[in-house]
Amino acid sequence: MNQITAPLYGQNSVGIVEPQSMHFAAPLLTRSGGSIAGYDLVYETYGSLNAEKSNAVLVCHALNASHHVAGYDADNSLGWWDNMIGPGKPLDTQRFFVIGVNNLGGCFGTTGPSSINPATGKPYGSDFPIMTVDDWVTAQTRLADRLGIHRFAAVMGGSLGAMQALQWAISVPERIANAIVVAAAPQLSAQNIAFNEVARRAITTDPDFHGGDYYQHNVIPKRGLRLARMIGHITYLSDDAMMEKFGRALRGDNIGYHFDVEFEVESYLRYQGDKFAEYFDANTYLLITRALDYFDPAQDYDGNLAKALAQARAKFLVVSFTSDWRFSPGRSREIVKAALDNHLDVSYAEIDAPHGHDAFLLDDPRYHGLVRSYFERVAEELKIL
Amino acid sequence: MIVRADFDTIASWIHTGSRVLDLGCGNGTLLQYLQNKRSVNGYGVEIDDDNLLSSVRNGVNVIQMDLESGLSVFESESFDYVILSQTLQAVHRTELIVREMLRVGKEGIVTFPNFGYWQHRLDILRGRMPVSEDLPYQWYDTPNIHLCTLKDFEAFCARLDVKITERMVLTRGKPVYRRANFLGAMAVYRLQSV
Repeated sequence: MNQITAPLYGQNSVGIVEPQSMHFAAPLLTRSGGSIAGYDLVYETYGSLNAEKSNAVLVCHALNASHHVAGYDADNSLGWWDNMIGPGKPLDTQRFFVIGVNNLGGCFGTTGPSSINPATGKPYGSDFPIMTVDDWVTAQTRLADRLGIHRFAAVMGGSLGAMQALQWAISVPERIANAIVVAAAPQLSAQNIAFNEVARRAITTDPDFHGGDYYQHNVIPKRGLRLARMIGHITYLSDDAMMEKFGRALRGDNIGYHFDVEFEVESYLRYQGDKFAEYFDANTYLLITRALDYFDPAQDYDGNLAKALAQARAKFLVVSFTSDWRFSPGRSREIVKAALDNHLDVSYAEIDAPHGHDAFLLDDPRYHGLVRSYFERVAEELKIL
Repeated sequence: MIVRADFDTIASWIHTGSRVLDLGCGNGTLLQYLQNKRSVNGYGVEIDDDNLLSSVRNGVNVIQMDLESGLSVFESESFDYVILSQTLQAVHRTELIVREMLRVGKEGIVTFPNFGYWQHRLDILRGRMPVSEDLPYQWYDTPNIHLCTLKDFEAFCARLDVKITERMVLTRGKPVYRRANFLGAMAVYRLQSV
């Protein structure tokens, strides 16, 4: 237990949470052929692990999120999936022991490009190995080992987080009972990779980037990070959601005929970009977008996802959102089909939500109702009280 | 659990441990019944959000999908049985769905209310649209758009080269053996492609 019950935050909140850190001395060899000599993983937990250690749920984060999934941290900031996780919430921490972990290569305390490389005494920077989703799964299994969890009741995530849940089902089938795969794709499309590439070029062509070793120059490629975030943000929202939120509303009273901010949407994107550049590491952004590009569990199986899932034993809940054009429902149906082809238990929901890709983070009653009911079944089947 | 009259007949035709796909599975009660009674590996297809949620609550695998756009996520002959239980009369693309059912399933099972049932005929003679236990809707709120009689359905199967291997006709849960198209309220057919 690492949380303090704080009635101040309401009875549906896990309250104030403190991150923990675990050091791993054994080196991790990456798919890319690199290695990390030793590393720290920062994580948070909510709820308590039962005596049988059967009620653990791993929540994997997407591009720009962290181990801070639920409750309030020291800066009073709310976890990125707090509407989903807490006492009495769809993933109920009164029943389940929930773990959020910052992935390797991250910039929220876990070893990443901005950490000091013990071999050189300087930040890793460009020396940090390229990470793939299966490397993250390996690191997560080591954390599970240390916490004494052999098999997760569920591994869950949205977007890139969902890809990790899918990879768990493939890589370590005996260690995952349920995979909850929300707003995912079995691999990126050319368009998805193209957007990532634009974001990366924005960063790598920033004069402050210095080939990834900007730490020594005491600068941050903020211009690149801002642009990367602005581009990314556009792909998280649907056209309708943007129109609904901003329309063609102007920042000022009248059109000014200039190239500075005219429309509300421009102001919003700039604000998002500025905010992001203050806390996110540029090398981590490069690494994570690359992990997305490389994700393709079918590639080791003649490009056949069904073959990739041949060893899988997990039950699947797959959820997509109709207005998600980044990872459209058709991409989720590919995952559903591969599960069906292997006679795996799978349920699939296509939620008619207008918000686009970001809908997975929002509180839609159909979506949350479904996750809640699914976890009730998980608890029943695994005899979790 | 409410057990509809056709559930028992369907269960009696299904082998223990077989793979079953229920098209338009509603709240999943038929699959739940077959899981309990025949230990089937079952999946439902359903479009309605509330039904989807109920199916998950009932411990049934359910895929949210519009039947009318075909069953492309399912491989040919990947199921032992594909069921259309009280669904056929409510679909637009009847022919496509029956063909898809028999592509995906080695066998098909179809149940529907018999429009030729004497009470329905009597309602029509009296000048009103039929409303009965098996057709519980008013004309203005019915989801049923393709109602048929036993004779209509059998002619349809002949036209599609679909073989009827078994038939059970029921009225208030009891089998009807004579003058079925007149005395039978509900039909359960077992089908195969020729």
